[in-house]
Amino acid sequence: MAITEIRPAGLGSARGRIWKSLHGSPLGLAGGAMLVVVVLVAVLAPLIAPYSPSEVHFATPFQKPGTVGFLLGTDDLGRDIFSRMVYGVRASLEVGALCVLLSVVIGTPLGLLAGYWRWLDAAVSRLTDVTLAFPFLIIAVGLAAISGPSLANAAIALGIAHIPTMIRVVRGETLRIKESDFVLGAQTMDASGLRIIFTHVLPNAASAIIVQATVIMPVAVIGEALLSFLGLGIQPPTPSLGIMLSDAQQYIFRSPTAAIFPGIGIALICLAFNLFGDALRDAFDPTSSSRK
Amino acid sequence: MLRYVGTRLWQSVLTLVLASLVVFIGVRQLPGDPALAMAGEEATPEQLAAVRSSLGLDKSLPEQYLAFLGRMFRGDFGNSTRTGTPVTDLIATTLPVTLWLAAYAIVVAIIVGIAFGVIAERFRGRWPEWLTNAFALIGLSVPNFWLGILAILYLAVTLGLFPASGYVDVSREPVRGLYYLTLPAIILGTSLAAVIMRQTRASMIETMSTDYVRTANAKGLGAGRVLFRYGLRNSLIVVVTIVGLQLGGLISGAVVTERIFALPGFGKLTLDAVFTRDYPVIQAVVLIITLSYIVINLAVDVLYSVINPRIRVGGNN
Repeated sequence: MAITEIRPAGLGSARGRIWKSLHGSPLGLAGGAMLVVVVLVAVLAPLIAPYSPSEVHFATPFQKPGTVGFLLGTDDLGRDIFSRMVYGVRASLEVGALCVLLSVVIGTPLGLLAGYWRWLDAAVSRLTDVTLAFPFLIIAVGLAAISGPSLANAAIALGIAHIPTMIRVVRGETLRIKESDFVLGAQTMDASGLRIIFTHVLPNAASAIIVQATVIMPVAVIGEALLSFLGLGIQPPTPSLGIMLSDAQQYIFRSPTAAIFPGIGIALICLAFNLFGDALRDAFDPTSSSRK
Repeated sequence: MLRYVGTRLWQSVLTLVLASLVVFIGVRQLPGDPALAMAGEEATPEQLAAVRSSLGLDKSLPEQYLAFLGRMFRGDFGNSTRTGTPVTDLIATTLPVTLWLAAYAIVVAIIVGIAFGVIAERFRGRWPEWLTNAFALIGLSVPNFWLGILAILYLAVTLGLFPASGYVDVSREPVRGLYYLTLPAIILGTSLAAVIMRQTRASMIETMSTDYVRTANAKGLGAGRVLFRYGLRNSLIVVVTIVGLQLGGLISGAVVTERIFALPGFGKLTLDAVFTRDYPVIQAVVLIITLSYIVINLAVDVLYSVINPRIRVGGNN
């Protein structure tokens, strides 16, 4: 019985159930819809933004939102805030995606190996301990000190910081799946460890990896904004929501709205991922606690 | 129990050694030659060699690493290249600011997080739960540095409830000091409170549906007593873990909070050091944060096993 239920194809056969579950969750659907909009904005940035993000209009600084030609107003250099935000969303997603990619590509194999072979577990555990000993900001500080602050360094720092959690999630899943009947069956049929890992364990761990990716993404987006805000991430004149906030804090009393819109942007991106991620987790795992 | 602590202690020492190796190698990757920076651009090759040997840079790498470890153990982090003051002095003046801020934020987060978590569980499916859920979502989705900017704008400047920036030494003037730290602590604690709230709610839901809670209810124990003795006690384990796990985020959050509220703390020291390439300070900051992080994690693990005897090292998950 159990074998037919949790076959490697479990993800595929569960697709209908997941769709159904997502349909039943209005918040999840809203998150999904927001996600689509955010991704479209990032991809179509050059088409959506009316100006180049670094185009200055010295004659019209500190325009209020709703001014003709400048939907969300302008900043201290007269740059169009809406255009800068559109490109800022793009930068946020770029860093977020790079960070998730890094943690998945490095964390998944290590988690699988550590979970499957006990003798590797200790070595991988030390590796995660050492990585966890460095808060991401400290990794970012180190990378910025060594090779200067940049988008790539921000993404690498965030990625490294998230590898340990990915390893732990995948390792936990591997330990669980390793005990299932179909893996024991494969072992008695003399399948090699690597073969079992890739044909049995990985497909069954996929849902946990995807959910973890949706957890990492918003954290990475906030992390990028934070690093750029501190001057450790993306460098001007490249627009980033974090840089916009840090600029806006300097003239906050003259033009408070310049500090409000980029924050709303970051919050909406994160909200989209959090809502969608929660719904996805509920869909994958019917016993999940956030389900009513 | 002792064996567990011993194992964890040994692991932590190993982690510390590996981490210090990472820092040592990292420092050697920094651009620029420290000997050249110290001797000046016009130094003759002989002067340069003299400085190099006085810094121990002419020795082999393992020797240099051991010397580096020895200096760290003695608390000798050298002098700041920017101001010339001993790094230890800089740390002694800035670290208390950050510790007060972090401690205050943790207290705020635990109180708010647990209270909201209990409310969410007690009022499932009704408006108090939606309100606390909305709080958790906002706390997790809104970057705290943006909240900080908004708080300065509206709570400090428009309403005048709190000072917008500045720091008063808490150990000298506790009341005024804490008053100045209140807004920063709330801002720093928000996301931690949101995480604690979600976990408390989840763990309460689980505990309150167990057989022993049903038994307690059935034998007529008061609702409050059941809540505190069974529900909250289990949630404590979760809170300890969460605070431990979130410490890294709290350290990063403290850096940015200090920047927004212009607090003269460890975070400001760190950022100033990065932007002025003050390598002795960067090295000390990285080492100290790493060290305290490892020690705190060890403490959390030990505490965890004390509160919950079910957990022991080498468990399968």
